[in-house]
Amino acid sequence: MIDSRHTPVLITYALFAALFLLGSLQYEGLGSLRVFLNLFTDNAFLAVTAIGMTFVILSGGIDLSVGSVIAFTGVLTAVLIQAGWPLVTVFPLVLAIGCIFGGGMGLLIHYYKLQPFIVTLAGMFLMRGLAVVVSERSVPIEHEVYDTFNTAGLSLPGGALISSQALLLLIVLLAALVLAHYRRFGTYVYAIGGSPESARLMAVPLARTTIGIYALSSFLAALAGIMFSFYTSSGYALAAVGIELDAIAAVVIGGTLLTGGSGYVIGTLGGVLLMGLVQTYIAFNGSLNSWWTKIVVGILVLVFVCFQRLNTFGEGVGKQKAGTRTAA
Amino acid sequence: MSPPAPLLSLTGVRKVFPGVTALDNVDFEVASGEIHALLGENGAGKSTLIKVLTGVYKSDGGEMRLAGEVVSPKSVVDAQSAGISTVYQEVNLLPNLSVAQNLTLGREPRRFGLTDWARMNEAARNILQRFGLDIDVTKPLGHFSIAVQQLVAIARGVAQSAKILVLDEPTASLDKTEVEVLFNILRSLRGEGVGIVFVTHFLDQVYALSDRITVLRNGRKIGTFETAKLPWPKLIEHMLGYELQGTLTGNPARRAPADSEDAELSVDAACVDASVQDISLIARSGEAIGLAGLLGSGRTEVCRGLFGLDRLSSGQIRRNGRPVRFTSPQNAIAEGIALCPEDRKANGIIGELSVRENIVLALQARQGWWRPISAREQRALADQAIADFKIATPDAEKPVGLLSGGNQQKVILARWLAIKPDILLLDEPTRGIDIGAHAEILRLIRELCDSGMALIVTSSELEELVAFSHRIIVLRDFRQIAELEGDAITEDALLQAIAS
Amino acid sequence: MTYLRAIFSSLQRHRMLWPLLALAMIWAVIVVLNPAFFCFTVKDGRVLGGLVDILNRGAPIALIAIGMSLVIATGGIDLSVGAVMAIAGAVAANIISGGALPVWMIIAAGLGTGLFAGLVNGTLVAGLGVQPIVATLILLVAGRGVAQLINDGQIITFQNESFAFLGVGNILGLPTPVWLVAFLLAGLLTLTRKTALGLFIESVGANASASHYVGIPVKSVKLAVYAISGLCAALAGLVATADIQGADANNVGLWIELDAILAVVIGGASLMGGRYSLALAVISALIIQSLNTAIVLSGIPPKFNLVIKAVVIIAVLLLQSSIAQAQLASLRARLTA
Repeated sequence: MIDSRHTPVLITYALFAALFLLGSLQYEGLGSLRVFLNLFTDNAFLAVTAIGMTFVILSGGIDLSVGSVIAFTGVLTAVLIQAGWPLVTVFPLVLAIGCIFGGGMGLLIHYYKLQPFIVTLAGMFLMRGLAVVVSERSVPIEHEVYDTFNTAGLSLPGGALISSQALLLLIVLLAALVLAHYRRFGTYVYAIGGSPESARLMAVPLARTTIGIYALSSFLAALAGIMFSFYTSSGYALAAVGIELDAIAAVVIGGTLLTGGSGYVIGTLGGVLLMGLVQTYIAFNGSLNSWWTKIVVGILVLVFVCFQRLNTFGEGVGKQKAGTRTAA
Repeated sequence: MSPPAPLLSLTGVRKVFPGVTALDNVDFEVASGEIHALLGENGAGKSTLIKVLTGVYKSDGGEMRLAGEVVSPKSVVDAQSAGISTVYQEVNLLPNLSVAQNLTLGREPRRFGLTDWARMNEAARNILQRFGLDIDVTKPLGHFSIAVQQLVAIARGVAQSAKILVLDEPTASLDKTEVEVLFNILRSLRGEGVGIVFVTHFLDQVYALSDRITVLRNGRKIGTFETAKLPWPKLIEHMLGYELQGTLTGNPARRAPADSEDAELSVDAACVDASVQDISLIARSGEAIGLAGLLGSGRTEVCRGLFGLDRLSSGQIRRNGRPVRFTSPQNAIAEGIALCPEDRKANGIIGELSVRENIVLALQARQGWWRPISAREQRALADQAIADFKIATPDAEKPVGLLSGGNQQKVILARWLAIKPDILLLDEPTRGIDIGAHAEILRLIRELCDSGMALIVTSSELEELVAFSHRIIVLRDFRQIAELEGDAITEDALLQAIAS
Repeated sequence: MTYLRAIFSSLQRHRMLWPLLALAMIWAVIVVLNPAFFCFTVKDGRVLGGLVDILNRGAPIALIAIGMSLVIATGGIDLSVGAVMAIAGAVAANIISGGALPVWMIIAAGLGTGLFAGLVNGTLVAGLGVQPIVATLILLVAGRGVAQLINDGQIITFQNESFAFLGVGNILGLPTPVWLVAFLLAGLLTLTRKTALGLFIESVGANASASHYVGIPVKSVKLAVYAISGLCAALAGLVATADIQGADANNVGLWIELDAILAVVIGGASLMGGRYSLALAVISALIIQSLNTAIVLSGIPPKFNLVIKAVVIIAVLLLQSSIAQAQLASLRARLTA
């Protein structure tokens, strides 16, 4: 028996497997462990961002500011490193800034009852603006830790390598899974996404949880910013433009309901991997241009959204009927 | 039997909303080990009292004591930690979480700081065992029927080891056996010394279960009675505020008995899924049909079905003998049917828009996009309506949301009369409006009847129904249980039909 | 209570006041910074001057904001406008580079594309009941890809005098885009006031349930506003494409949806829907553009542009929030007590 809640996640991974198989048969070299592991390396920062976004969307909100937070963190990290600050101060500092920034947005959303969409939109402007203020030019990072990190990894037989990026992603994923499914905070996130009103009546601490959700999302975006700075060995204020859309798309493709309350962190990883594989497939194909990725992602989102609507339509009607009857 | 010292007591509780005194100096007490029914019609103040009790509202006066200590819960959480748990009429749990999560939310068993799912599910099964519920607690709550969800909600309330358990219409969606299970549990809780406040509109359940009854009407306490000593008709009198030997008030002019020959609208065995069943009625030109019944008997649902808001699952509506099918209000309006809804704020007025815009809206919607009513016509229509209905507003441009309830109701009436409907459905047209507007609306109902319109009117006020109805259909539990006609319409007869 | 209500209703009546005041203030700052800014000169039959510049540069935002304000009035949002601009521009460029078609056919094709995109959005929102932010996000993600697809990923440049007129031409001395904003504003004002559309939009936005009870075709109204927004976006896309005489699918209209939403919010419209004002949307677009100009003139590096915009949005949102208003009032009471 398959739990119907898991169906969307299974579909995502099945699509991934099918496309991987198809690609392996079509193109020599695609069906290798190295290509598979590269999906993790190349999309690690996106996956970390999308995991944070998953919590936000599970709670029924949205966070448009993550791309700007990535850029801001990257630029600030690069500038501070260039100024000679030690990494042990730089990283905690930028992560703390991310936390405080996200917490501030959560505060506005909870206490002033502002829509998450517009608050995080303002946050997006603010962070992108601050990034530009810190430095308009791309700032290169030269640091031996960066060199080591980028070459280090877990070697596997056959020449494949689990990169540091991928390892970091797996650690974040594990922590997020525990947070979502084995900590009270996770249950509260699902509760608020299910019905904020019921959650309030059931003594869920709304303020603390809402602020925590946005702080977590910005924290993970800041972490993704650091990872991105490793990946590119630089910090640039106009980097990661539009990443918030990719993250939202990954969450949706991963089977999480945009209305909140239903979905899985592990599904989001599937969404990121599937999007990455589409990109890889198109690159291997060679005759298709890279913008096909965007179109395919758009189509996937469309299909998943329609699938979600049709799936919840029946339930919705049932609830309404029950509501009218009891409200009489 | 003298009740033991009260576990919970409220004295002189007041709650005032702008323009309305919802609770006027109400005393209420619940003893340990007692099931206390709280009764009253719509607007009597039951829900306000419960909200004060459970920390949703802050009272504007009076005192509340729990086990002798003065308490004033500032939030639901406050009330819960003081020992007052509430189960609401609509299931206020989380359909997307598992049954076990719903039962243990906020108190999940943990091991090494992590949720211990096995123990959580075990605990949930244990809680439900008591309710004879053997369900898969790992499934999302939303997978189960409303009845099961309601039982889970009650189980959660009970599991919080409450001193006072408040049940607001808990049985509305339960079937007979489920009600029996619930009652057995409540009785055993009573045995354990829990004080239970029970709000319902099923009077037979009140008699089956409760020890004492407190009746509220218009925000005032009518009295607290021992259930065993309060006969059924007497209770209804208290609730509705009439005495049974009421005199016959001026019935409308006699009419020939109804048959479907000349009906403007006839309904034959109409059913709506999960709503009203087997409704048949006939409305002729110049007649007012009353829909009577207690709160929750299905009055509003009949109106919804006739106005195309809910689709009929079976049965037939005929307009002048011609079968019609409504899939939306637009269809019904096209057939000359109009509805003044019960919930004015949610479904009636468009508060942000002006009196003028609200009045022209129905006419404009029927004319369609391309035949706009000119500004001049709009003003003329609005000024005419303001004069005809004596709408108290400085001018036609005031946002209708800022008017009083009675004036809002007049705006809605004016809106529909602008399209000259043949059949007008009025769902609780006089609820929550002041005495002056009340009288005018009643006069209007008579006038509209005399002008040849067919009216279908629901009301909780028997006097009103008797005064203007040519025929009255009595509803209970979403079914039609009686029909009164002509001289048979008296308050007495109506009370008996409702109370039977 | 009645006192508060009186203030509220007078603010409602004078809702033009605050945005106009803000615009006047920004212009005053500009005049102080550069006294000659608002001087007009006429050269080669063109009126030149700072004000004309603001109007011209603000035109695309104004075009988008006009459509957006109708969508927001129904309680919705249209995130896809930038992407629709790109698609419409790509379609126009594609047709121009394909052969000598009359210019009206090029424009019609561009606008038709925008209409189609708007109908897709509207169908998802009204027909399937998808949340507006999600429904229009799909086109935001995929739209630029589609625009690339149309021209095989190339940035197409072209020479077409009559089409370029849309972007760089001028009529009676004023740039064409300024005239287009004026025509669009006049056209939509006529459409919304001379038909029942305007009333229906406000009614649906203020209370969708009651509108359904009254017999207003709620779904059709929603479909219509997304279609109009798509048309407006396509028009802005054609102007932008004509302006640079080329279709750049990656950059045309990038982030313009955010400026347009900002414009509607500055205009005092609630994101929950209800009352709207097309004229205010245009004024607010001018405020945003004037702000950009003022920042440049003031010598503040343009890199502060975004930060200032962000602060403005948060301030406007808080001013509109009833909770912040209550907090302000109690603070004032405590200070005066």
